Amino acid sequence: MEHIRTPKVEQVKLLDRFGSNKSVIGTLYLTATHLIYREVTTVNPKEIWIMHHHIAVVEKLPLTTVGCPLAIRCKDFRVIHFIIPRERDCHDIYNSLLKLSCPVKYDDLYAFAFHPKKTEYEREMGWKVINLTDEYSRMGIPNAIWQLTDVNRSYKICDTYPTHLYVPKSVSKPIIVGSSKFRSKGRFPTLSYFYQQKQAAICRCSQPLSGFSARCLEDEHMLQAISKANPNSHFMYVMDTRPKLNAMANRAAGKGYENEDNYSNIRFQFVGIENIHVMRGSLQKVSEVCGTKALTSNDFLSGLESSGWLRHIKAVLDAAALLAKAVGYDGASVLVHCSDGWDRTTQVCSLGSLLLDPYYRTIKGFMVLIEKDWISFGHKFADRCGQLDGDTKEVSPVFTQFIECVWHITEQFPRVFEFSEAYLLEIHGHVNSCQFGNFIGNCQKEREDMNIKHKTHSLWSYLLENQHKYLNPLYDPNLPCVHEVIEPNTVAFNLKFWRSMYHQFDKTIHPRQSQLGLVLSLSEQNKQLEIEVKKLEKKIIELGEKPRTVIKKESFHLVSRLSQTLKTTDKMCKERQSTPGANPIRTVEGGNIPEDGCKDLKPSFSKAEPTLVNLEHGMAKMTC
Amino acid sequence: MEFAELIKTPRVDGAILHRPFLPRVEGTLCLTGHHLILSSRQDNSEELWLLHSNIDAIEKRFVGTLGTITIKCKDLRIIQLDIPGMEECLNIASSIEALSTLDSTTLMYPFFYRPMFEVLEDGWHSFLPEHEYTLLSAMTDEWRLSYVNKDFTVCPSYPPIVMVPKSIDDEILKKVATFRQGGRFPVLSYYHKKNGMVMMYSAQPLTGTNGRRCKEDERLINATLRPGKRGYIIDTRSITAAQQARAKGGGFEQEAHYPQWRRIHKSIERYHILQESLIKLVEASNDQSHNMDRWLSKLEASSWLSHIKEILTTACLAAQCVDREGASVLVHGSEGIDSTLQVTSLARIILDPQSRTINGFEALIEREWLQAGHPFQQRCAQSAYSNSKQKNEAPTFLLFLDCCWQIQHQFPCSFEFNEQFLIVLFEHAYASQFGTFLGNNENERRKLKLQQKTVSLWSWVNRPNELEKYFNPLYEANSLVIWPSVAPQSLQLWEGVFLRWNRSSKYLDEAWDEIIHIIEYNKDLQAKVNALRRQLAELQTDDGELESP
Repeated sequence: MEHIRTPKVEQVKLLDRFGSNKSVIGTLYLTATHLIYREVTTVNPKEIWIMHHHIAVVEKLPLTTVGCPLAIRCKDFRVIHFIIPRERDCHDIYNSLLKLSCPVKYDDLYAFAFHPKKTEYEREMGWKVINLTDEYSRMGIPNAIWQLTDVNRSYKICDTYPTHLYVPKSVSKPIIVGSSKFRSKGRFPTLSYFYQQKQAAICRCSQPLSGFSARCLEDEHMLQAISKANPNSHFMYVMDTRPKLNAMANRAAGKGYENEDNYSNIRFQFVGIENIHVMRGSLQKVSEVCGTKALTSNDFLSGLESSGWLRHIKAVLDAAALLAKAVGYDGASVLVHCSDGWDRTTQVCSLGSLLLDPYYRTIKGFMVLIEKDWISFGHKFADRCGQLDGDTKEVSPVFTQFIECVWHITEQFPRVFEFSEAYLLEIHGHVNSCQFGNFIGNCQKEREDMNIKHKTHSLWSYLLENQHKYLNPLYDPNLPCVHEVIEPNTVAFNLKFWRSMYHQFDKTIHPRQSQLGLVLSLSEQNKQLEIEVKKLEKKIIELGEKPRTVIKKESFHLVSRLSQTLKTTDKMCKERQSTPGANPIRTVEGGNIPEDGCKDLKPSFSKAEPTLVNLEHGMAKMTC
Repeated sequence: MEFAELIKTPRVDGAILHRPFLPRVEGTLCLTGHHLILSSRQDNSEELWLLHSNIDAIEKRFVGTLGTITIKCKDLRIIQLDIPGMEECLNIASSIEALSTLDSTTLMYPFFYRPMFEVLEDGWHSFLPEHEYTLLSAMTDEWRLSYVNKDFTVCPSYPPIVMVPKSIDDEILKKVATFRQGGRFPVLSYYHKKNGMVMMYSAQPLTGTNGRRCKEDERLINATLRPGKRGYIIDTRSITAAQQARAKGGGFEQEAHYPQWRRIHKSIERYHILQESLIKLVEASNDQSHNMDRWLSKLEASSWLSHIKEILTTACLAAQCVDREGASVLVHGSEGIDSTLQVTSLARIILDPQSRTINGFEALIEREWLQAGHPFQQRCAQSAYSNSKQKNEAPTFLLFLDCCWQIQHQFPCSFEFNEQFLIVLFEHAYASQFGTFLGNNENERRKLKLQQKTVSLWSWVNRPNELEKYFNPLYEANSLVIWPSVAPQSLQLWEGVFLRWNRSSKYLDEAWDEIIHIIEYNKDLQAKVNALRRQLAELQTDDGELESP
């Protein structure tokens, strides 16, 4: 609380992001955890709640005649422009937000202060929702060839790895230790996913410290053991996810990549995903383009192109598809690495597994996937998400990119995922919110040192409790295609700008009616109706009668619709209202109330030319 | 028949057909006067029936004596035929070329097509102006039907019956017609029931360089204004283009002569610029080898989405003037047969819930496009693959359909019809067995005797079996104005048309089937619950009656 000097400012103007003249007046509140803005109108005042940790950038813009503008950019791509009447207030708010959005120590993160109405037992159980040992045994590990090693028991060999690691039985401890000394940050090759059907493994590690000529027999032995562990293939792939040039440059620093001559039976390949700095710059450009006022279609497309964002997405997806193909079709094992093996490697391993294994496409399975490949293997969430005040060069949207890749796959395969887009957005939001303990810190060891599991709540139990919100109504676990290895089509025209992520809070540019929402509510209603049918049938049988069967009238809606559509829909409305759970589901979102429609329309206009100005403009030109 | 002269080789055995995402078919190729047919001559196997008029361009190439003809269709599909024998191949190619570019309209397939279905309702009489007027009269008595153009002498591109303000007699109309290009005087396009405001279209006024005026023209459009109210003139050209038009005798309404009207210029591209845009877009969509940057830059270079944005923005503006500003609107460009109709028809879709039903949309196409004199035959003569010199071709109508799709995409529950319906209209506008889109205006259609000699598209589409394919299961009548977003982030490539032949849509189709299933199942369950409730209620009252005495 010591950072809050002005907890409340009145008469704050909220500007429209796209530059229309429409703005609202409201009151700004600063709490320990949130920035809250409440409109001053008599009817349905809108409220905006922004978690401090979601704030990425706060900017004080040059003073204007109406007040002091404050621009806030969030990690979930919300952009807000306030105009605060007094400069002093603006300054206070600005300073407070700088401090609150970027604490200097972990203890100040929201997760340590977040206490939902839960018993201690429930909280503890929340942390037990996911057990990675169970996950490995689901894959069939340990088995005759793969076993658990305790070599990293107390994080002695690699402090960014978890303690439980799986390696081929044939490798001894000295081999592992030797290999880890030859790998950047000690991240030696270890199992990420085991594809039971073909006995092929996805393994991960960091780059070898090969320099220009160094070699390490233990490391070579290690790779050979992994290759041999797969009886179906006489070779294995080593996938370096970096562009070749970057990998070669690393050799000068004593790092680099595997020399095919030194390792027997490996096939080495670069896949060319750019580094975290390129990705950060790229997404930055996307945000700039999205925020441009009076954006034209051509500027949007050329901005999207020059940002390179979709090119990077395609690179990651291509790498994942390649991995899945090698494992799923060729039955070969693959070792994936990049430089440190916690960014690109994590993306590619987790996406590859998602393509291979239907379990990861369920709500629970997706959590397990994130827990395994991202959290336990030490993706540096604290650094990449900028949880604490620190080096901004370490911040990068690696996880955002992963989530977007998953979205692209769900778009192409709408029936094989148990969850919908809402789930992806929710997880993405919470990775940055620091409300739950799961993503705090950079690795498992740090989290243990912080005692996360005792001091904070787990996101996974929260998501499970709310899972009905994230369901994909089109998912059916009994479909054969659900169980197949899926192969996304990465031809450029399939990859689209993800509006729901990058314009999450700009409601005006989204479809006004949600097809998915409607279908979801209908399918939920169907479940209730099925229960109701059973209940009614039972009652009728109890009364000694046979339940009547309704003859399915195939042509019913057709004929009646043909002649009098309105009548039919009226009738159906009535029937719907008389049944349980029949909420008026087809609500027209936006555009239904004319006033709303106007609001919706105006910003879009003003992007081209503000309507009013335009009318005047037309007038002025008439006289010339 | 002169077709026989054009067909040198009517039949080739052992031809192989390659189509995107379908297995190849080997069979016999036959050429008839109007079709290219490939049959594998096996039971229950698919045959290809391709209308010659659907062929936009062909290419031939030889490897030894095996010839390959690549056929590029107006619906954007590309198929390939392997034909053994060089002579046969050359013959087939030259025949297709000749048959797909017949000059005479009366030789086109609609004049030979006999329906294999029973015509329940003759589509030629489905949308009569008198009917529209009856509906209008129920709302207002300020308008009348005028037969001034009954023999097409006042305006060759207008229908014989138009709706005009009641206070304006036919003599005035005749004078106004001389002041508007092509005789296209302002007529009623849409009456907004909510506030009694109207939308009209016309061609540009012929003011010329010396600022000619026409008192009758002023009187005509002023007659649509409420006392003390202003109206808006939406000119679909830039101010510069409008000024340049004066040199050629055209022009725009001078403020001094139309003090009650505000003029807004909103530039919408037309003619060859649009055609080139289409060609570029299709070229980009057909190339699977593009990397991301190249695809995006080609998509941008086509400017297709910019044109969509321009058109939608102007339509929103027109709709806004009517609905928000409570003003009457006159829309025109130069000739008033392209961008003008895009704007008025899209504004109507935004404003009028009726036009979002299947029947209403058909009526809109009939009135705002066919009757209004959009020159379909000229505009749709060639599509994206033609390398012959462009004359009057332009994808004006396809752009309109794309805009409809964009709105539909943003309001998936507000349209009674689905995307498929829009695609079918696109296909039939370019090549069809029906006469609906033949000719360039009503005058030409009468001369061709289309009503007597051809079948209307509506006769076919409106049969229950066919109509079933076009219903949107999510539809719920929405009586409100729907404002689409025109932000570039909201506009998308119409994949159903432009990527249709370039990728498999299997998974997306399955998803759509499941949506339909969920909705149908919901209806069944509702019916079942209601029936059981009724039964239970009856049983309980029976019991009650028995117990009560």
